[in-house]
Amino acid sequence: MKVYASVFKMRLINGLQYRTAALAGVATQFFWGFMFIMIYEAFYQNASVKQPITLEQLIDYVWLQQAFLAFITFWFRDGEIFDLITSGNIAYELCRPSGIYGFWYSKLVAQRLSSALLRCFPILIITFLLPEPYGLSVPPGVDAFIMFIVTLLLGLLVLVATSMFIYISVFYTMSPTGSQLLFNIIGDFFSGVLIPIPLMPEWLQRIVYILPFRLASDLPFRVYSGNIPVEEAMKSILIQLIWLGILVVSGRGLLGKALKRVVVQGG
Amino acid sequence: MITVDGICKTFKVAKRSAGFIAAAKAMFKREYIAIDALRDVSFKIEEGEVVGYIGPNGAGKSTTIKVMSGILVPDSGKCEILGRTPWKERIAHVKNIGVVFGQRSQLWWDVPVIDSFELLKDIYKIPQNEYSNNLDMLVQTLDISGIINTPVRQLSLGQRMRCEIAASLLHSPRILFLDEPTIGLDAVSKIAVRNFIKKINKEKKVTVILTTHDMNDIEALAERVLLIGKGRILYDGSLKDLRNRFGANKTITVDYSENHQPIEIAGTKLLSWSPERASLYVDTKEVKVSDVISMLSDKLELTDVTVENPPIEEIIVELYKEYAL
Repeated sequence: MKVYASVFKMRLINGLQYRTAALAGVATQFFWGFMFIMIYEAFYQNASVKQPITLEQLIDYVWLQQAFLAFITFWFRDGEIFDLITSGNIAYELCRPSGIYGFWYSKLVAQRLSSALLRCFPILIITFLLPEPYGLSVPPGVDAFIMFIVTLLLGLLVLVATSMFIYISVFYTMSPTGSQLLFNIIGDFFSGVLIPIPLMPEWLQRIVYILPFRLASDLPFRVYSGNIPVEEAMKSILIQLIWLGILVVSGRGLLGKALKRVVVQGG
Repeated sequence: MITVDGICKTFKVAKRSAGFIAAAKAMFKREYIAIDALRDVSFKIEEGEVVGYIGPNGAGKSTTIKVMSGILVPDSGKCEILGRTPWKERIAHVKNIGVVFGQRSQLWWDVPVIDSFELLKDIYKIPQNEYSNNLDMLVQTLDISGIINTPVRQLSLGQRMRCEIAASLLHSPRILFLDEPTIGLDAVSKIAVRNFIKKINKEKKVTVILTTHDMNDIEALAERVLLIGKGRILYDGSLKDLRNRFGANKTITVDYSENHQPIEIAGTKLLSWSPERASLYVDTKEVKVSDVISMLSDKLELTDVTVENPPIEEIIVELYKEYAL
């Protein structure tokens, strides 16, 4: 366990070195946030029927998305692991007395956490201070807030377990581009980053709810805004845990298989 | 301590000719050729030995090291190191070994060296006290006290290599695999690395297996040499025997008072000649060194004579030639 903690610490130190990148990231997130909000505002003003999510809830959804972007997108990736595999430096990882899966997993979680820690606070603080209806509102209750934190962190674990398959696929394809692209598109769409899930047509929602992608973003954000009530959130936590189990176990198995046939590139 | 018995490993390599058409064709149908990286490799290494593992590029040196460190799974054959099969009990096995791949880096690029060391300490679960002792010893003997607080990306190759070696010894391994540890180093760093290897072998009884292309490394360190070529072990024995077998030839260099007649002696080859100095290559199977010298002194008025063994590099070239590598 201590190993994972130190990998985590190392990654955090590493991530904290890049302040300028974080600042630029925050600026970009504001740009996107405002753009989405303006589009939805126009859409809500002209909508004739009542939408399944209020504009205030949707605005919370958008700001949380921007603040925790590092928790929810697949394009946030660790180039180092790709390099390890394609350049053959994985040789060193394999002569360490620890399992590769756990090692990489903690590294990936740490990377996302460090990035989110750097970016979320400025965004959250500023959006709290914004005037209605553009600002971030407070969650409906303490219980909703606690549920939000729990689902957000569990969601991060589910997302990282899913992203692990991108890295495993590189053992076979030797290039991350293809699987990366595939995961980006599928992930962004089915997690509600492109279109908030409550605004999707019903038949599509049914598909989305079966897949694990929404568990990292859509679920915690709607819990925060009160769109998903606390009792339902409890049930969702169970679903998150089940998915986490499935993804980790199958990922471990697949990685083990890939490592058996590993070829250390470059002599 | 280390027993390798009949290890075979084949790699499948995608093959295609140069050019766009060939590349387009390869999108549909790929041709592979099987390359036998290791064919029936067997040897035994005892505790405390320093073994030089040599062979031309692509001979299978690194592959052997990777099999022994549990990274690659061979197609067939047995390997037992300290009673364990590396690839079957990888995690238990790697606690006892240290590995340095000269062409790769195990240090985190963006953070100071000491942070990487600390991480390794946790990865290997090294007790604090053992860690500080080892660190002190390594920092001192490898002379890296001035650089362990510098980010790795700002180090020179020689500095980095010394840190890499330190990193692989923090957990006091009993076996050290060095895959080209002196690649790209200047003379001073090379000597520092060699002295260090000698020292830990002597003082800590660490068994060392090193691959290199620098015969001076081998000469300075290894009592025993393993020669591999095209995946087969071709020679296993002492460096001395190797010299006797292949280096039976000598070079005689003589200085003499001016003489304008080139020298010709049966069984020798003139390597260089000037009116005052000549260098002769002597094939000792055909003619004795003492005979050559007496013949020379008959013909010339000698002022100085030196007899040298051929440099080990030449022996290796001969060896490679003999095995058609």
